[in-house]
Amino acid sequence: MPEILLDGKGYALADGETVLDALTRGGAAVPSSCRSGVCQTCLMRAVEGSIPAESQKGLKGTLQARGYFLACQCMPGGTLRVERPGAEAGRLSATVRAITPLNRDIVSVALECSDMGDYRAGQFINVFKDGTVSRSYSLASAPGIDPHLTLHVRKVAEGRVSGWIHETLRVGDTVAISQPLGECFYLPSDPEQPLLLLGTGSGLAPLYGIIRDALRHGHRGPIHLYHGSRHKDGLYLTDELHALAREHASVQYHPCVSREEPSGDLRRGRVVDLALGDLTALAGWRVFLCGHPDMVQSARKRLYLAGASLKDMYADAFIRSAA
Amino acid sequence: MSQALFEKIGGEPAVNAAVDIFYRKVLADDRVNGFFDDVDMDRQAAKQKAFLTMAFGGPNHYTGADMRRGHAHLVARGLNDRHFDIIVEHLAATLRELNVAEASIDQVAAICESTRKDVLGR
Repeated sequence: MPEILLDGKGYALADGETVLDALTRGGAAVPSSCRSGVCQTCLMRAVEGSIPAESQKGLKGTLQARGYFLACQCMPGGTLRVERPGAEAGRLSATVRAITPLNRDIVSVALECSDMGDYRAGQFINVFKDGTVSRSYSLASAPGIDPHLTLHVRKVAEGRVSGWIHETLRVGDTVAISQPLGECFYLPSDPEQPLLLLGTGSGLAPLYGIIRDALRHGHRGPIHLYHGSRHKDGLYLTDELHALAREHASVQYHPCVSREEPSGDLRRGRVVDLALGDLTALAGWRVFLCGHPDMVQSARKRLYLAGASLKDMYADAFIRSAA
Repeated sequence: MSQALFEKIGGEPAVNAAVDIFYRKVLADDRVNGFFDDVDMDRQAAKQKAFLTMAFGGPNHYTGADMRRGHAHLVARGLNDRHFDIIVEHLAATLRELNVAEASIDQVAAICESTRKDVLGR
């Protein structure tokens, strides 16, 4: 039976187990979150033995070349000696500069991280509560506009990381975070292309960064933002977004509620239904989708059938945590 | 000869353009979309790209045995000649939209036809 060797101890790898399964079962403290090969929290480095190519999918070439792999995606054929990721794999230290409520369930967390190089609005980072527990949060900030990295953290029932952020974390605290990750961001490739941004709940975070980043890059095509929540009190940043739409004739902002009668300028319905009703044909549009995974999956399919091209649809990597 | 067809159609850029149109036609067709209900659209699109590359005579490593194995679970769910014909028809319509010459479309249909027995597990 193949073994995983870590910190001088051996962990037997049972049939069908990943490296993460074997280490966790054996009591080793290995951070993990999505367990789907997306969040890169369980990054490890192989120093002896061979790792399957699937376990390096999505990693930067420089990390791949040094033997880094994702423990949750790795089912090796033989014995493997592994170690925890070093500083070069991008664990960074950040200082909390502000914690501001955005609505009843969501706070904005501003982080200062002098070691973080370039990032793109719409990417995400992992926030580590301790040595093993972390969660991915999209960046709501945009480089060149916001002084700090900003996250929108919704308090999840019994959420270990969101609960800690809401209740324990204080301004001035130091937290460990990852390098920015993910491919859901704006590219100034075609400034005339119409943009459709659909988000639910705290899925507004990356869209709030992307929309301001696009405008900063001089995007001229129409930009339609639909932000949805069940109830009115789930919406947030409404004043800021209305102001953005007033300042830029190209921007249309549609706050939507699905479970109550709308008042004022609110619209009643789900974001995908309303967007498809307004726009009908989406050939040539660039689309950004962020929020609940079921919404993202179904929206992707429906917008594609309405003419949006697969290569022009960007979705954030939010996945309900398995850990 | 196959390689010549692939280049005539327009190579990889043509495959990318065709996948977008072809996969949309297939997903919108209730007669066959049940066989394409994988929730992971990127994975599905990658499979369609591999299929179109082969059908256009491009570089591929498919063997008859791969075709059999890859479709066995669909045959078990009722995949038959009618479905096969519908897919080939969607592919031909896609190529017409992209202004590919009829002679080339016939060649693509012939390549598809050569896989029928393996795809349907006969």
